[in-house]
Amino acid sequence: MVKLKELIKDPVAGEEYFLKGNSSCAGCGGELAFRWIMKALGKRTIVVAPASCFNVTIGLYPRAGPAIPYLNMAFAAGAATCSGIVAGLAARKKLDPSMEDITVLCFAGDGGTIDIGIQGLSGAAERGTDFIYICYDNEAYMNTGTQRSGGTPFGAWTTTTPTGKKEHKKNVPMIMAAHGIPYVATACAGYPLDLYQKVLKAKKIKGTKYIHVLAPCAPGWRFPTEQAIEVGRKAVQTGMWILYEIEDGKMTLSGPSKNLLDKKNRKPIEEYIKLQGRFRNISPEDVKVLQKWVDRQWEDLKIRLACQS
Amino acid sequence: MTELRSELKESVRIISGNAACAWAARYARVQVISAYPITPQTTIVEKLSDFVENGELDAEYIRVESEHSVMACLIGASYNGVRTYSATSGQGLAYMHEMLHWAAGARLPIVMGIVDRGMAPPWNIWADHQDVLAARDTGWMIFFASNHQEIFDTTIQMYKICENPNVFLPAFVCLGGFIMSHTQQPVHMPDQSLVDEFLPEVPKNGWPHFFLDPDRPITHGNLQNPGGPNIDPSCWYYEYRYLIQKAHENAKQVIIDVAKEYQKKFGIFHGDLIEKYKCDDAEVALVSIGSLADQAKIAVDNMREEGYKVGAIKLRCYKPFPTEQFQELAKKIRVFPVMERSMAFGLIGGIVSIDLKAILYQHPKHPFVLPVIAGVGGRDVRVEDQIEVLKTAVEMAETNEFKTELIVSGLHE
Repeated sequence: MVKLKELIKDPVAGEEYFLKGNSSCAGCGGELAFRWIMKALGKRTIVVAPASCFNVTIGLYPRAGPAIPYLNMAFAAGAATCSGIVAGLAARKKLDPSMEDITVLCFAGDGGTIDIGIQGLSGAAERGTDFIYICYDNEAYMNTGTQRSGGTPFGAWTTTTPTGKKEHKKNVPMIMAAHGIPYVATACAGYPLDLYQKVLKAKKIKGTKYIHVLAPCAPGWRFPTEQAIEVGRKAVQTGMWILYEIEDGKMTLSGPSKNLLDKKNRKPIEEYIKLQGRFRNISPEDVKVLQKWVDRQWEDLKIRLACQS
Repeated sequence: MTELRSELKESVRIISGNAACAWAARYARVQVISAYPITPQTTIVEKLSDFVENGELDAEYIRVESEHSVMACLIGASYNGVRTYSATSGQGLAYMHEMLHWAAGARLPIVMGIVDRGMAPPWNIWADHQDVLAARDTGWMIFFASNHQEIFDTTIQMYKICENPNVFLPAFVCLGGFIMSHTQQPVHMPDQSLVDEFLPEVPKNGWPHFFLDPDRPITHGNLQNPGGPNIDPSCWYYEYRYLIQKAHENAKQVIIDVAKEYQKKFGIFHGDLIEKYKCDDAEVALVSIGSLADQAKIAVDNMREEGYKVGAIKLRCYKPFPTEQFQELAKKIRVFPVMERSMAFGLIGGIVSIDLKAILYQHPKHPFVLPVIAGVGGRDVRVEDQIEVLKTAVEMAETNEFKTELIVSGLHE
């Protein structure tokens, strides 16, 4: 694990590729994640952003926050556009060798990944497009004002689930792992160094890499803007969000999640949900349903990890 | 690999319309292809696969999971400044509709073959223009070929038109499902070296207006507010849309020039925006698109033998619409019957006839446009059917009385 003390001395990591003065909300988990992702990827990166907050946070024309080539794209088209860019770069390289060593990143929200974008993502992964796909998951359509997505957890309020969502969150990292791609990881904006490390690793691997980042959203989840890190960390510590990597099919837990396989080490989910207004009206019975779902995720992992060794 | 391609010598190949599309893409040395199979386009993507896998075409070929992704791929590739190609049909074209707007809005010179077919339900896979004309206002240029030679030549010409800096628009080259896609005709193909000379070189550094280059980072497609003279002069959405219109206007002269240049180099001319057939002294001219336009010449010849002063106009380029040419023709021609394989539901006529009416409405000579629906879903349109329409139009020209009811030719009783 890289140490913060060492990292701040690194001139590359010291660079900012998503500039100050952008339009993201105060305490935006997604923006924090994007800055750290770009620190890991560096200047020679092309970013595709299908419809999400990140078409807006970059700033209104002619202002633009990204200091790298950045392509706003249609909602369902993020991954396929990256396939095209990778092919275009391959064609360009034949004429212009300087087009070497460019990383193509799709930076998409949970709606653009889990819902409308999953067909294109699955297609790109099946084709083995050499790119990194990062989903920053703020668990609802936040850009349009907090409507439920396939990433919204059970019991959470959104404007389209005013009495709380009745379905559980879709497990897209495991769906991506089932594609047999070389690298799948989860991360959380509350642990930026862990995220940074994973992106650095993904950058060195050829093929399709998928990283799913939980990105706390103060206005959508209803918590004070200064608590984004704390909320993200609580998500991990309660086991609501599990940090892991799957490299060539082999899963390893990472960061604080390493010690949470034993249920007694996990904090009760109440510690996470009580911080957020979106769970304000959840009933005690529904808290149990959600806790049971969390425990089942861990039981499934246990089986997987046991089978591996 | 490159050596083999440059060895292509002048020859005549007896091939399907679909193969003509694939051969043209090969001659144009497209660099990225993305495609999804759909009847009756399928043999285009099969042929291109053969070319690429045999090493005869040095292109990246992305076999995607949907047509929406086809166009997304080509947009991504074209942003990089490379020459791209795809082909689709009917439902596939409808499915990628969102991305059609994106390609035109981004001003990317993508060329796509459309093997036109009817829209479901019920399922229909035969020649019909409903699919293409539903994309009428996406900003794409729309060309119709009327025979296999024209498919080949138009596809090659299209790269020169689309990549012209005064144009920078994407374009369709359409051919009729099965009637053209799966029939065989001889197609004359030149030496590869001549096509290489004819087409512009793809710029090494990407297109001048759009590129994805870490050394020249720009953000594409930012959100823009409505703006206004006294509100925020940095809002340009409206202006960008207007520039697409300007590009269509610019394209007209480019299309004419490129057709002339092609004729000079290869000795073949299919018309520019339109092709006129025996129109000089005609009082009536049958307007049609695609294979119906080739067949219309036979109908005109038959009518001429009987002494009728009739002609035919092939609408080779539907977008940009040949407004000026039709306004000129209307100085002499009294009636323009339009026979077409599409429906403008709720209006009177097919889609093209509505447009033709609109541009001739204020013409001082007040010519008639006679809308005729024919051959929907690939139904056979006979020469006799075209003659019947011509005779109705001649009668209108003589009596100066306009028929108001829609003619639906070849419909079951």
